[in-house]
Amino acid sequence: MIASEAKLRIGFIPLADAAALIVAVDKGFTAAEGLDVELVSEVSWSNVRDKLNIGLFDAAHLLAPIAIASSLGLGHVKVPIVAPFGLGVNGNAITVSPALYAAIAAVAEGNIIDPLVSARALARVIAKRNARGEEPLTFGMTFPFSTHNYHLRFWMAAGGVDPDEDVRLVVLPPPYMVESLANGQVDGFCVGAPWNSVAVDLGIGFILHFVCEILPRAAEKVLAVRSRWADEHPQTLLRLVRAHGRAAAFVEDTTNREEVTAMLAAPNRIGVAAEVIRRTLDGRMKVAPDGTMRASDRYLLIGRTGAARPDPVQAAWLYGQMVRWGQATLSAELLSAAKLVFRPDLYDAAMADSKPDLEGEPADGIGAFAGPAFDASDIAAHVRSWKIRRA
Amino acid sequence: MQPSLKIVIVDENPIRAAILEDGLREAGHVHVVRLAETSHLLARIYALDPDVILIDLENPSRDVLEQMFQVSRAVRRPIAMFVDQSDKASIEAAVDAGVSAYIVGGLQKERIKNILDLCISRFNSFARLRDELERARTALEERKVIDRAKGILMTAKNLTEEAAYALLRRTAMNESKKIAEVAQSVVTAAELLK
Repeated sequence: MIASEAKLRIGFIPLADAAALIVAVDKGFTAAEGLDVELVSEVSWSNVRDKLNIGLFDAAHLLAPIAIASSLGLGHVKVPIVAPFGLGVNGNAITVSPALYAAIAAVAEGNIIDPLVSARALARVIAKRNARGEEPLTFGMTFPFSTHNYHLRFWMAAGGVDPDEDVRLVVLPPPYMVESLANGQVDGFCVGAPWNSVAVDLGIGFILHFVCEILPRAAEKVLAVRSRWADEHPQTLLRLVRAHGRAAAFVEDTTNREEVTAMLAAPNRIGVAAEVIRRTLDGRMKVAPDGTMRASDRYLLIGRTGAARPDPVQAAWLYGQMVRWGQATLSAELLSAAKLVFRPDLYDAAMADSKPDLEGEPADGIGAFAGPAFDASDIAAHVRSWKIRRA
Repeated sequence: MQPSLKIVIVDENPIRAAILEDGLREAGHVHVVRLAETSHLLARIYALDPDVILIDLENPSRDVLEQMFQVSRAVRRPIAMFVDQSDKASIEAAVDAGVSAYIVGGLQKERIKNILDLCISRFNSFARLRDELERARTALEERKVIDRAKGILMTAKNLTEEAAYALLRRTAMNESKKIAEVAQSVVTAAELLK
C-alpha cells in the first residue's frame, strides 16, 4: 500500500444500484487508488443521511433527492452535500397486487404497457372503489424525498389520480415491501431491485411498469459526500470518483456479469440470489408470476450513456417534483442550490475520458411520457403544466 | 409540576426496550409505551399521539417515521431532534449509541435533553452488556475447544493433562497464535485424520 493511503467509511443500502460502489471496493479499484474503504451496510435512508451529515460516514450511496433535500435544508438539518458521481440512472419499477393488476387490466382502454393507459385505468378503478365506498388504495414508496415517491406520483397524476387525495402513499422500508403486498397492507409499490422481482417470484405481484417506461432517464442514486469534506479532501475525492468510474465500466462490461453478480450477491453486500441481481443488470425481468418476461436496455444504467456523470438537469427535475408536491418552495436560489448538488465538474476532473455519448438520449434530459419537454431553467412552467399539483 | 410526557419506544429488541423503559420510569416518566411490532406503525403512533418517539437505529422503520413531517393531515406535527442544531454533541452521541429521537414541537429543550441523555446511557449500557455476553460466550467456546484438543493430545501422545496443555501453550507462543487457535487446528487435524 502506498503511504498516502486514506481510510474511508462509506454507507450503503443493499440495493442493486450500489453496484459501482461495491465493485469499486471488492474488486480493488479503491485500493488501487490508495483508498482503504470500509463499506457499512445500513437499514434506513434516515441512518445513511444522518451518519453522512454528522461525519460518521465520509461518503454514502444516497437517494438523489435526499442529497438535494439535505443541501436545501428540507425536512431536516441543512447540510450541503455534493454528488460527484452518479451510481445509477433508472432501476425502479412499479409492482401491484394480482387483484389490482386484474382490476386495471379489466378497465384499460388499450395496452397497459403504455403508462398513460394504465394510469387512466387506475383512475377508473379508484372511481369505482369510491362509488362502492371502499377504502382508498395504498401504495408503498421508500422515503418522502425519494425518486420512488416522485415516480409513482408522476405516473398516477398523468392519468388523473391525485396522489394525496385519491390514494394513500406510505413509506415502507424496501425489505418490508413484499411482505406488505402479500398481507394486503399495500396494493402496490415503487421500489428498486431486487424487491420487484422478489414479489413476482413469490407469485404475489405483477410488475406493471419499469420506471424507464415513465421517465426514460431519471437519476436514482448518487455517491454523496459533504460539501465541506469535498473541499477539504480534493485529492481523495478525485481518487474515489476514478475508482468508481473503473468499477462502473467493469459492471457494464457484460463479459464480467457472472463475477459482478457473485460479488453483489454476497451476504454482507446485497445478500440475495445472484440470478435475481443478474435480471436487473441484464434488464430482462420476469414481470408476471406465469413467467412473462419484459426487457429494456435501459432498465438500470450504471455508467452507460453518461449515467455516471451527474447532470444538473436531473437535479432541477427532482427539485421541480419537490415544488410540485409541496415539499419545497419555488425560488431561483433554491433551484440554483439544487443544481449545484450535482457536480459534473468534479466528475470531469477525475475521469480522463469524460465526454459521454448521449446519442439517442432524451433531448430534454428526462424524456417523460407525459407533459411538455422539461426546461431546467423554468421550474414554474413545469409545475404549471400539471392540473394535479400542490403548488 | 410539569405535565407528564407521553413517550413511545420503537424497538424490536425487547430487552433493550425494557431497559430503556425502566430508566424512563425511574426518571419519573409514567406514560411510556413500547412498540415491538412495526406493521401499521404510523397509524399506531398517530393513535397514541406521543410527545416523544424513540427508535433504535437498527430498525428499518425509522424511514416510516420520516413521513410524519410530510403528512399534512396530522393533528400535531412532530419535529425531529436533528432539526435543532444547537446540541450537536448529544445528537452525535445518540447516533453513535444507536438511537434516534423524534420530538413534538414546542417542548422545552432541557426536558428533551434529559430524555435523550438517558437513552444514550441506557443504549450504551445495553451494548456493553451484549459485548460482555458475547465475550463470555466466546470464552466458553474456546475452553471447550482447548479441552477437546487436550484430550486428543493426551490419547495420541500419551501425555498427562498438564503436559498436553503445556504443549498447546508452547506451540501457541512459538507461532504467535492464541492457544484456542492452536487447539482448533489440533481438533481440525484430528477430524481429517479420522
